[in-house]
Amino acid sequence: MTLVKHELRQGKASFLIWTASIGSLLAVCVFLFPEMKGQIDSINDAFASMGSFSAAFGMDRLNFGTLIGFYAVECGNILGLGGAFYVSICASGILSKEEKDKTAEFLLTHPVSRTRILTEKLIAVFIQITAMNIVIYALCVGSIAAIGEKIPWKELDLIHLAYYLLQLELAGICFGISAFLRRGSAGLGLGLAAMMYFLNLIANIADVAGFLKYITPFGYCEAADIVSNGGLDGVMVTIGAVLSISSITIAYLKYTKKDIH
Amino acid sequence: MEVIKTSKLTKYYGKARGIIDLDLTVTQGDLFGFIGPNGAGKSTTIRTLLGLIRPTSGSAMVFGKDITKEKGAILSDVGYLPSEALFYHGMTVKDILKLSADLRRTNCTSEAKLLCERLQLDTSRKVDELSFGNRKKVAIVCALQHRPALLVLDEPTSGLDPLMQKEFFDILRERNREGVTILLSSHVLSEVQRNCTHAAIIRDGRIIACDRVDGLSKTSIKRITVHGVVDLEHLTGIRDRKEAEGSVSFLYSGDMGSLLHALSSGRVDDLTVMEPDLEEMFLHYYGKGGETI
Repeated sequence: MTLVKHELRQGKASFLIWTASIGSLLAVCVFLFPEMKGQIDSINDAFASMGSFSAAFGMDRLNFGTLIGFYAVECGNILGLGGAFYVSICASGILSKEEKDKTAEFLLTHPVSRTRILTEKLIAVFIQITAMNIVIYALCVGSIAAIGEKIPWKELDLIHLAYYLLQLELAGICFGISAFLRRGSAGLGLGLAAMMYFLNLIANIADVAGFLKYITPFGYCEAADIVSNGGLDGVMVTIGAVLSISSITIAYLKYTKKDIH
Repeated sequence: MEVIKTSKLTKYYGKARGIIDLDLTVTQGDLFGFIGPNGAGKSTTIRTLLGLIRPTSGSAMVFGKDITKEKGAILSDVGYLPSEALFYHGMTVKDILKLSADLRRTNCTSEAKLLCERLQLDTSRKVDELSFGNRKKVAIVCALQHRPALLVLDEPTSGLDPLMQKEFFDILRERNREGVTILLSSHVLSEVQRNCTHAAIIRDGRIIACDRVDGLSKTSIKRITVHGVVDLEHLTGIRDRKEAEGSVSFLYSGDMGSLLHALSSGRVDDLTVMEPDLEEMFLHYYGKGGETI
């Protein structure tokens, strides 16, 4: 587990910054809710008149006047985008950074098999994502309790679970990409995360593009669906899991045979 | 016992040539020099031996083990010094040495301490702040601290000051006397001449000569350039003579005394005596220019 420890230490700064940023933004939003609640009629009117813009963010089907409706939209954008960006940067760089920073020669001339390196790095990514989600979840529950609202446990749990799965899926895909890269990984990871996010917006606006929801992990994170169905879409989650696991498998196949420069 | 043995080892990067049909044998306890100009294939050979890259064809054994199948077992008894020593950002020298030891599942604290003292390396400093030469020292300690049976050194002295180079070669000779096999890649001929027992010369991806070094070092060939007027006619051992206006340049392998005598009886405005570069060495020893032997 030497490498897991090493990776966690190397990723510490990035982890702390992203976790603190996402967590505190979410908490700030929750603290804004009591004020929003007072003006809810005018806000709902405003959203109703924005047409496909509110559809894009699922605001046409959620009641902004309830905590979970408000939280779902805010959470969707902050935790969704922020989390996706963090994990894609983290996972897409985890293998390629060794060659980019020219530390690969150091690492790979130690008697540690490539399979072991891949596994330990994957575990390190997994631990960082899981830890970030636990911290953020705790912050959210804490801030909802602090404003004196009743905590909607089931919906809250499902929304956070959905985003956790989204992050794991994206991380898996980026890990696969990382095995092929030699430099410049962060841009690619960010681009992929942003693309997935916008694919979901498009799917929300245009019915003909609805199939896109099955491609992007943001499809099963749609809070409006989660709240109204009381669960995640099993098909979408399964597709995501298959994508992620295949990508990780490809990473193993590629990296164990890769020429390191 | 053969510590390194390659047979018809070939590596192409796509279409680009790395090494071609390389046959190299290094026996136990040897201090083996691997000479060649930049881009000749020295690093490719080393990287293939260490399993960083996969050979296109041919095979190689280290400690009698196949490099593609038993990489882990080989690497646990090898110390590698890369030509460009780079480490993880934000870590101190001590952290790096500890990480290296942990990855080998050994404790090398006492040996590391000893080596750091000899190389005057401050272990509390961050690697990012170190100069090229000091980073090299970190890499040296990483390569030596677990007391491997085989040392693979790629351009080991670049960046080290002369005192450190001497200390480094002292350490290498001590290890060598204890039976450690050393493969030393270099483009500095004199370094190989002074320190190695055997050497192979690689050029354009092929080994063009492999022999004992004392054969090479008997004659100390120099590139001499003289500005002024001197009479060189009765000197023997002059090759590749190039005349220019007011100066003459040649490779000299004859008696130094007679050269100095000839120079002092002429008029010398300026004089340079240099190690010949490798191309010139090839011309001298193998006499056929760019052709492989």
